Amino acid sequence: MATPLSLRVFEAEARVYRRTWRGSVVSSFLNPVLYMAAMGVGLGALVDANMPGGIEGVSYLTFLAPGILVANAMQTGASEGAWKVMGGIHWAKTWQARLASPIGIEGLVLGHIFWSTARVVMVSVIFAAVIAAFQVAPLLESLLAIGPAVLVGAAMVSATTAFTVRLKEISGLPMYFRFVVLPMFLFSGAFFPISQLPNWLQPVALITPVYHGVELSRSIAIGGSPAVTWWVSIAYLLAWIVGFGLVCVRPLRKRLTP
Amino acid sequence: MTPLIKATKLTKVFGDLTAVDGIDFEVAEGESFGFLGPNGAGKTSTMKMIGATSPISGGELSVLGLDPATDGPTLRSRLGVVPQENNLDEELSVQDNLMMYGRYFDMSRAEIRERIDELLEFVQLVEKRNAKIQTLSGGMKRRVVIARGLINEPDLFILDEPTTGLDPQARHVLWDRLYRLKQQGVTLIITTHYMDEAEQLCDRLVIMDKGRIVAEGSPRSLIDEYAPGEVVELRFPGGVLETLNSRIESLAPRTEILADRALIYTEDAERTIGIVTETGLEPETVLARRSTLEDVFLRLTGRTLVE
Ligand SMILES: Nc1ncnc2c1ncn2[C@@H]1O[C@H](COP(=O)(O)OP(=O)(O)O)[C@@H](O)[C@H]1O
Ligand SMILES: [Mg+2]
Repeated sequence: MATPLSLRVFEAEARVYRRTWRGSVVSSFLNPVLYMAAMGVGLGALVDANMPGGIEGVSYLTFLAPGILVANAMQTGASEGAWKVMGGIHWAKTWQARLASPIGIEGLVLGHIFWSTARVVMVSVIFAAVIAAFQVAPLLESLLAIGPAVLVGAAMVSATTAFTVRLKEISGLPMYFRFVVLPMFLFSGAFFPISQLPNWLQPVALITPVYHGVELSRSIAIGGSPAVTWWVSIAYLLAWIVGFGLVCVRPLRKRLTP
Repeated sequence: MTPLIKATKLTKVFGDLTAVDGIDFEVAEGESFGFLGPNGAGKTSTMKMIGATSPISGGELSVLGLDPATDGPTLRSRLGVVPQENNLDEELSVQDNLMMYGRYFDMSRAEIRERIDELLEFVQLVEKRNAKIQTLSGGMKRRVVIARGLINEPDLFILDEPTTGLDPQARHVLWDRLYRLKQQGVTLIITTHYMDEAEQLCDRLVIMDKGRIVAEGSPRSLIDEYAPGEVVELRFPGGVLETLNSRIESLAPRTEILADRALIYTEDAERTIGIVTETGLEPETVLARRSTLEDVFLRLTGRTLVE
């Protein structure tokens, strides 16, 4: 039986990664260690001293860990949907090369989303292992908390790709990271509950994928029920993945097969 | 025999620009077929339609008996393409690039490995197997792209300006390889704006200009028809040429005055040179040569192929 086109693309991406992984593997370990040490342990000591009852009943480090796992997955998804796509379309033009083979636009997009999501999984597994090493949550719970993180990462792969394929030049990407990704990272409930935000900002946080992922992940890692019903959040994240994935197709078709 | 490619009134429109303006042509199996034309003639647009990576805007097109619009993936699985731009994965080795591409065609790894051995031999890059693309010269990269295009043993091999931008030596290496393919009976489609490339590699060609086909035939028959005989090229010091227009035009029935030189078409170059000297014209240099496809293009369009 013929291999699905998207899996052929997935394999190609894996082949590229096999040759280039050294560049990113150090930061995959270092990021969680630094965040957990600085924010969780350093800042956490101050927060805990001021809040005898803990945040939502737990220490700051415990509160933070699942949140930052999700926020980090979001960032990974965004990068995967940005630079690689820009390179494939505008720089190396390897996406054009693929389209001269039996691969079509749909297979190209799907394979890209699959692979990028696999990258989110890798980064998140490392993150969860670091969390477990900080003894915030047992390894099993940390690993389970990856589920929502991966959904959030995939949602951002789709959304960022849909944005990138519409860009005419690269300058849009740094803007996107500064004004969309970074605020989403900081203000979507990973570092503090969104109830701390001004009232008018709370609905904005509510529509970010990170918020839903953090709520799900936190409820798995430290118990309690999420603020939004779990299946609503999951459906919402899936809608991002599929919806933004679909809207990648038209602009890519116009650009790559004019 | 049914042709491998049949195009009827084939058209490509981008917004209000007509890049390919209703062209007709047929390519037979085993043939080496050329599209000769200057930049912007519509060559790449035509190649992309044949390669099923750009939908046709009008007319009809059948490639290997398939309709690119509905059988795109099947068609592409039987084509080899050397695009105008290299688009290799620069960070990967030659071998990885070829393996990756073969896998797009769902060939087994063992099959691809075998094919890579043959192809590296063929493009003379055996010792570069593990070199990263970014370390290769332009000519070597081009040969990798040719190997990549042949990985699936295509029934039709499409090359869009295979040697543009390469130095003469690298071009000759490529021509030699392409000539070998032609001898092996591979059906080739080559676009170029180099008339010597077209003369060397093509059994038959069309001359394209502004989206249209202005002439068709074998290199020999095109030259015989549009620019028979020989050419005398006269170069004059800057500014002098404009003052000599009428004197040069009176020398022969067919002359062309270009920016830097005058061309005189003649049956007998030596006699013409004699007349030039008798008339008292004092060109800086005089060159007698056989006419080429460049002269054919000039004759048909009033412009040169490479500006
Ligand atoms: N994607 C595109 N969008 C708009 N115009 C295009 C596009 N591709 C090519 N063209 C235009 O079509 C004409 C023919 O281009 P092309 O087929 O690349 O010619 P050639 O390969 O002979 O140089 C040119 O004027 C070019 O600018
Ligand atoms: Mg071109």
